[in-house]
Amino acid sequence: MYDRGKVVTGLAIFVIIMTFPVWYNLGATQHVPKPDLPKDVKKCVGTSAYMRTSHMVVLNQWRDEVVREEKRKLVEVEGKQYVKSLQLGCMKCHPDRKKFCDECHTYTAVDPFCWDCHFQPKETK
Amino acid sequence: MDVKRRKFLKIAGLSAVAGLSVPSAFTNLLQGGEALASTAGRGAAEGSQQPAAGGHGGHGEEPTGVQYGMVIDIKKFAEHRGLAEQCVKACHTEHNVPDYGNPKDEIKWIWVDDYAHGFPESSQYKRNAALKDLPVLLTCNHCANPPCVRACPTQATFKNEVGVVVMDFHRCIGCRFCMAACPYGARSFNWRNPREQYANGNYKFYKNGINPNYPTRMRGVVEKCNFCPERLAVGKLPACVEAAGETKAMVFGNINDPNSEIAKVLNANFTIQRNPAAGTKPSVFYII
Amino acid sequence: MLEKALVGTNKYWAWIFFLLGVMGIGGLFYLYQFNYGLGATGMSRDVSWGVYIAQFTFMVGVAAGGVMLVLPYYIHDYKAFGKITILGEFMAIAAVAMCIMFITADLGQPMRIMNVLLHPTPNSMLFWDMIVLNGYLFLNAICGWVILNAHNKGVHYPQWVKPFIYLSIPWAFSIHTVTAFLYCGLPGRHFWLTAILAPRFLASAFAAGPALLVLIAMILKRVANFDAGEKAFQKLGTIITYAALANFFFLGLEFFVAYYSRIPGHMHTLDYLFWGLEGHDNLVLPMRFSLTIGLIATTMLLFPQIKKKESTFALSCGMLFTSLWIDKGVGMVLGGFVPSPLDRVTEYVPTVIEIGISLAVWATGALILTILYKLAISVAAKEAA
Repeated sequence: MYDRGKVVTGLAIFVIIMTFPVWYNLGATQHVPKPDLPKDVKKCVGTSAYMRTSHMVVLNQWRDEVVREEKRKLVEVEGKQYVKSLQLGCMKCHPDRKKFCDECHTYTAVDPFCWDCHFQPKETK
Repeated sequence: MDVKRRKFLKIAGLSAVAGLSVPSAFTNLLQGGEALASTAGRGAAEGSQQPAAGGHGGHGEEPTGVQYGMVIDIKKFAEHRGLAEQCVKACHTEHNVPDYGNPKDEIKWIWVDDYAHGFPESSQYKRNAALKDLPVLLTCNHCANPPCVRACPTQATFKNEVGVVVMDFHRCIGCRFCMAACPYGARSFNWRNPREQYANGNYKFYKNGINPNYPTRMRGVVEKCNFCPERLAVGKLPACVEAAGETKAMVFGNINDPNSEIAKVLNANFTIQRNPAAGTKPSVFYII
Repeated sequence: MLEKALVGTNKYWAWIFFLLGVMGIGGLFYLYQFNYGLGATGMSRDVSWGVYIAQFTFMVGVAAGGVMLVLPYYIHDYKAFGKITILGEFMAIAAVAMCIMFITADLGQPMRIMNVLLHPTPNSMLFWDMIVLNGYLFLNAICGWVILNAHNKGVHYPQWVKPFIYLSIPWAFSIHTVTAFLYCGLPGRHFWLTAILAPRFLASAFAAGPALLVLIAMILKRVANFDAGEKAFQKLGTIITYAALANFFFLGLEFFVAYYSRIPGHMHTLDYLFWGLEGHDNLVLPMRFSLTIGLIATTMLLFPQIKKKESTFALSCGMLFTSLWIDKGVGMVLGGFVPSPLDRVTEYVPTVIEIGISLAVWATGALILTILYKLAISVAAKEAA
């Protein structure tokens, strides 16, 4: 092989850099996300499994329905009516962003920009 | 390269393109083109607002469908000095509109100006002195024929079914084409982050505090008056109209409904509009 | 073929690294702007478009100017343009790339740029601008690359390229017309609301683009031993002259309509640009300078002796290019915002950040141009040998 020394060294550096996420965190204890579930309400607007995978789809749909199509019909969960809104709907049952939303988001390194504009109830104090 | 290898690469390339695009094309078709349906809905809503083709100036068919509008009685605002400023404050507080204290970054959804600057296309020649210091409330005119909606490349600003020209802050890419298109200077841009805080956590630019029930906007999007759709949905009047209160200095309603209060006011008074020659058919009328 | 760009003299590499340096500094400025917001520029509520959109508008013109080489060569078989046409096509690529960068730098939410594709809006001129600009980039890239490759291999270019070449000619006219439509369809801005805006854009584009190309071709003659040919230079000079004459004629027409009709909407912006309005006059000097050197350059170009002598030819092209850059960039875009729809005058001064980012985009365009031209010159040198 021509330039074997340079090629092998280059390859080694490449492999080390590309596998950085694997070996950097080896052995460190993982913080398993435990979102704080609301005590008094057991049902959400969708099943837990669905909400876990697709809550962003629900939020996007609500956003388009409310802002763009003026479909503001209230959502009913367990007999109570909720506004189709993150601030005024979801956060009535999940009021603390850090203990609920951020738990999983920080673990999965997801940084949604909802909070650039929308308020959580505690934030405004 | 020999012929066989070239042929293989050509077929492989075409298969890759087909393999990636055909399934997603099928899924789109099978889902009934949801996106198409909503665009059609928007088109229908717009269609109901358009006058007949070829209509210009005062000619052409009257638009049908709901069109929310406002009558602003300048005389009443002159009688109750300070009321106009209160309407501005009501709106800006309700909607967390920041106050930067400088005209460069300024954001305003509704504001007080004078006749010469609110109606620059009308004659200012030999006008009576009293006209000069009338408080004129200016805001988005929610035109029936909005040039900003025509200009927006992402439909972030669009005309909804009740005739309101809405800003969808989530979709806005901040190109500011709508600001160039608006003949009334009604639009503002977030040149910086409105949520800047002091070290002690207080917001720098929300001078009257925050309304936690309404979001703020982020830097990089355009904003303007939306006729308070979130209030209309629960049967309230827009914040400015409510602040004007009993004086009836501002009347709000469906201008296409002949039985509404606003239609009666429009019929009983001579009203003027801003820049009528632009053909935008504003929904805000002024009694001077 | 790209490996040809990796071989060069020390001066070549010094130039490349200089450009990379400017790009790097501008990149840092852009990070600041991205974090702080567009308030880092000089734009304001009243003047909501500034240097970025001005540069974008001008560079669309320069890109469209490439058609003034493609048209004679491919349609009219003007063999004298044989060596220089590829330079025009590559200049178009660099210019369109700069346009796209300027627009992206100007967006408040650049990460949402895909919204323009996800939510197509045929009534918006920006949507069509996106289509025609990207289409033109694609056309020029395909035509330029395939033809250069063919030259490199010593064969004639394949026949399937011809429809693309023919398409690129009306397409070039369309990119600048659509860009003009951005402005001339807005009912609230009297300065822009004129049918002659599109013809004026095209005239200044067909003067500025070839003028820049003449200057670059003269530089290439010195540093890279690439001679486009005396006939090509002279013909380009003719094209530039006629385009410049048309442009200043159109400008004269604008002045006539405004000042003879005395309609305030038409007059006030010209007042602001050339005389100052209500005491605001920070554009008067640049605009008068632009008009002066533009008229002098156009007059110079009328004389064959000017064009025959390289130094005077270069001087007049440089003056013309600068004049058109000020007129289209500074004058036309900023003028539309003064007076504002509320009949107020807000002036605009670009900030250091803005200028830094603009220079970085110019440097990126220059880098793309350098690399592409290196390829073209290497292939031409190989053919000559």
